[in-house]
Amino acid sequence: MSDWEPKIVSFFCNWCTYGAADLAGVSRMEHPPNTRVIRLPCSGRVSPKFILAALRQGADGVWVSGCHPGDCHYIEGNYYARRKFNLMKNLLEHMGLEPGRVQFSWISSAESTKYVQVINEVIETVRKLGPAKDFVKDKPKVD
Amino acid sequence: MLEYTNKIQEIAKKILSEGKVDMVIGFRKGTIPMMSEPCFVTDADGVGELSFDSNCGSNLANYIMDRKEKIGIVAKGCDSRNIVNHIIENKIKREQLYIIGIPCRGMVDRHAVGAALGGEILEAVENADSLVVKGVDGEATYSLVDMLQDNCKTCTHRNPVIVDEMVADKVEEQQDTNPYEDVKKIEALSPEEKTAYFDELLSPCIRCYACRNACPLCYCPTCFVDESRPQWLGKSQDITDVKTFHFLRAYHCSGRCTECGACENACPMGIKVRQLTKKLNMDCLETWGWEAGLTVDARPALDQYNLNDPEEFIK
Repeated sequence: MSDWEPKIVSFFCNWCTYGAADLAGVSRMEHPPNTRVIRLPCSGRVSPKFILAALRQGADGVWVSGCHPGDCHYIEGNYYARRKFNLMKNLLEHMGLEPGRVQFSWISSAESTKYVQVINEVIETVRKLGPAKDFVKDKPKVD
Repeated sequence: MLEYTNKIQEIAKKILSEGKVDMVIGFRKGTIPMMSEPCFVTDADGVGELSFDSNCGSNLANYIMDRKEKIGIVAKGCDSRNIVNHIIENKIKREQLYIIGIPCRGMVDRHAVGAALGGEILEAVENADSLVVKGVDGEATYSLVDMLQDNCKTCTHRNPVIVDEMVADKVEEQQDTNPYEDVKKIEALSPEEKTAYFDELLSPCIRCYACRNACPLCYCPTCFVDESRPQWLGKSQDITDVKTFHFLRAYHCSGRCTECGACENACPMGIKVRQLTKKLNMDCLETWGWEAGLTVDARPALDQYNLNDPEEFIK
């Protein structure tokens, strides 16, 4: 287990966090390679289906990041997203998912330093939790 | 509530013969004990079929979506809130509806009666406030109040919120109920205990989707469980598939669920599926002060926002 590395699926808004990740890259800021980035037009596009599908297929953590409230490219997408995430996270944790397995952040395209800081936080939280157990689709057990 | 039957028939006859509506949706006695089924009456001579008792737990708002004709509909408090939902979501127009309001005293939980009796219910006779049930091993009498559905025990909207004609005077609303007591209890558990609780709760699920079909909120042309590209979840009874289904079913009802209990009523395995929707309802109420279906003038919780909505969970 010592060589286990957490696998994080990240859903980034094209207009902000995706840009921040890009900026961190071109600025040669060092950050861990544990994330698999999925680019979306807006954090409002994130459906709970995506999060469950990621966990189901073996992600140890899911990270959703979009624009700061007020900065949405589509004016109000992230305001709706904020309400959705609130219920989504609470219900997931109500069903037994460990707090920290699914995380959310607002990172603008200029905040490459915040991006590097948050990616480290996300990965370290998930590393402490260990491999995902809930909502993972295992192979059928054969006796 | 047996006395409502005559009045429902009378109103149905009146509105059908006056041409106010083309169809009346109500209940009639089902073919097995303690079951009522939806009944669609299009002719004033057919109103004799309509009936009402404490087994009318299914939600008739399920049958009005996208209808073109004028409809008279029998509505309990919760059903009327689902009708409000449909009006808000443009599934029907208010002008098309003639709402026959039922002041409801609660519906009987047939799973609870079956469990108390300890076997199959062969015959059931309802009186004013008691229920006489005959089973294989004899007969028992229960008080209706003791056998109510969980959601009815804590219901605070027994009278319809929109109505054209009431079948009787309004009933007194229950005060100081504590609908979220069990949710709070689960919240106090550790993640491992919560997982164990929900694995246990949902393991009997046979994926029949009766909860989805009974729910007036579930009207997507293609349900996520039937989508195949991408396929969001498997169709098996694997616990991950079952939990994913129940999570998403509940989540799709968030900010819209009126706690009518049709899902639990329909479940052949007697699973308390409302444990999930209740958590969402509690969050909606505590976070945004939102209760679904009370007025046609407000957008649902997830279709509106405040600039200062709570976001302490977001980095």
